[in-house]
Amino acid sequence: MRPAPSLLLFTVLSGIGFGTLALAALARASPSVWAAGYALALAGLVASTFHLAHPLRARFAFRRLRTSWLSREAWGAVAALALLMPVALADLAGGPRPIFWGMAGGLACLGTVISTAMIYGQLRAVPRWHHWSTPALFPGFAAAGGALIAMPGPWAAALCVALSAGLAASFVSGDRHVARCALTTGRVTGLARFGRVRSFEPPSTGPTWLTREIVTGRPRSRVLRGLAVLLAGVAPAAVLILAPGAVPLAGALHLAGAFVARWLFFAEARHVAGLFHGVPLAPAPKAALKPAPAARG
Amino acid sequence: MTGGRKLALVIDLDACVGCHACTVACKGWHALSPATTLGDRDSHGAAPEGAFLTRVHCYEIENETGPAQILSFPRVCQHCEDPPCVPVCPTGASHLRLDGVVAIDDARCLGCGLCAWACPYGARELDPVAGVMRKCTLCLDLPQDPSRPEDDSAPACVRACPTGARHVGDLGDPHSPLSRLVAERGGFALLPELGTRPAGRYLPPRPKDAAPAVPPLSPIAPGQGVRAWIDRLAGRR
Repeated sequence: MRPAPSLLLFTVLSGIGFGTLALAALARASPSVWAAGYALALAGLVASTFHLAHPLRARFAFRRLRTSWLSREAWGAVAALALLMPVALADLAGGPRPIFWGMAGGLACLGTVISTAMIYGQLRAVPRWHHWSTPALFPGFAAAGGALIAMPGPWAAALCVALSAGLAASFVSGDRHVARCALTTGRVTGLARFGRVRSFEPPSTGPTWLTREIVTGRPRSRVLRGLAVLLAGVAPAAVLILAPGAVPLAGALHLAGAFVARWLFFAEARHVAGLFHGVPLAPAPKAALKPAPAARG
Repeated sequence: MTGGRKLALVIDLDACVGCHACTVACKGWHALSPATTLGDRDSHGAAPEGAFLTRVHCYEIENETGPAQILSFPRVCQHCEDPPCVPVCPTGASHLRLDGVVAIDDARCLGCGLCAWACPYGARELDPVAGVMRKCTLCLDLPQDPSRPEDDSAPACVRACPTGARHVGDLGDPHSPLSRLVAERGGFALLPELGTRPAGRYLPPRPKDAAPAVPPLSPIAPGQGVRAWIDRLAGRR
C-alpha cells in the first residue's frame, strides 16, 4: 500500500494528540499539555482531509456510524474534543474538575484511536493489517506518545518500553500471519488447479491509480524495523531515565520512531488485489521486489 | 435481497481472446453522459492515466503434463452479495441495490479510497478528474439510448465482446439460462473464502485436446532393420 504523507501525518499526530488528551483528562494537566493535545489532534484531523479528493464533502462522513469505522472515528474525534472542553477550561481556570466529562472524553479519545486502527484492521483484503497488532499498536502509540507529553516520568518510560516490545512482536507475528494466508496468483484467479499461474502481461501499459495506490509492496527492511523499535520506545525511555530533564529530546525521538513505524505499516502491507497483478503477498526476504513496468509509480 | 434477483456477469475464460474490447467499450459507453464519464488525466501526454472499470489480465499457466497455456482474464466488479466495499463507506455513497448491483452515489463520494482498499478484487478505481470512486454498474444507470432496440439491454462490455465470452443475467434464479450455463461449465467464484459472496462467475477453460498418440512406424524390413535390407538389396548377403 502507498504510504500517503497525509495519512502518515494524520494517524501519527492525531494518535499522539488523543493520547495526550486522554491522559490529561485523567489528572489535572497544565495549559501547555492541553494546548499540545488539542493542537496535535486538530493538526492530524486537518491532515486527514488532504487525503480526500473532495475535502468539503467530509461533513458527509458522519452518516454511517452503524457500519463504518471511518464514520465512528469522525464521531469519536468530535465527541472527544467537545467533551474535554469543559475539563480543559476547568484546569485553565483552576476550578474543580467535572469528573464525568473527563471520563467520557477520555473514553471518546480511546474510542477514536481504536476506530482509526480498525479502519485498517477491518480490511481482510490487506492480510498484514487484518491482525491483532493493528488495534493493539495504535492505542499503544497514543499511550506512549501521550505519556511523553502529559506525564513524562517512569510511567512514560515503561509505556515506551512496552510499545517497543509490542512493535517488535508485531513484526514477527505479522510476517507469520501473512505467510499463513498462503494466497497466490493461482488461488485468487481460481486457476491454480490448472497449473502454476504467473502474470504474463499486466492489464495496462502504464501505471494506474490502482497500481500506484494498492498494487505496491516494498521489500521488508530489517534496518528500518530496528530503527522504528529503537526510536519509538527504547531511546525515549533511556533518555527519560538517564536525563529526566531532556523531555523534548525524548519526545522528538519518539515522534521520529512513530513516523518510521507508521511508514512501514503502510509500505510493507500488501493487498490481495496485487496478486492479480503478480505481486506476491509476502516478498522473499532480502530480494528486492521488481515491480512490473505497469506497477512503477 | 428482494425476489432473489441477482444480476451478475459471467465470463468465459475459454472464449476470451484478450482483445480488451470490453475495456474500451465500457469506457466509451460511460462517456456518453458527462455524469458517468470515466476521467482521463494527461490523455495525450507522456503519462496518460485514467479510470477503467474492467481490465484484462494475461496469465501463463505451466503444468507438468502438457505445454504451457496463455489465458486472458478480464477482471471486473463481482457484485458481491456481502460486499466489503459497502460497510466501510462513511457516507453511504457506496451501496448495494435491491437488484444485487453494487453502486456509488458519486455526489456523496469523498474520494477517501477506503472502499477500493476493502475490495479484494481491485475492482474500483478513483477517477483522476472527478475525484470520485468509479465502479462497474452493469450499465444500469446509463441513460437509455433511443437507437438501441428495447430488448438489447446488455451492458456495453457484453455487447462488445467479439467472442461472446461475457454473459449477463440473473443468477438468483437457478433455472435461468445463465444459471444453467454456469452449472454445465462448472463456473467458479473468485476468492469465496474471503466471505464476500461474489455474484459473478468465471467459466474455466475447457481441457485442450491431447495430440493423438502416433504409433511407431512399422519396420520397412522386419528382421535386422534398414541396414540389413540395404545389404540384401546390394547383394552383400
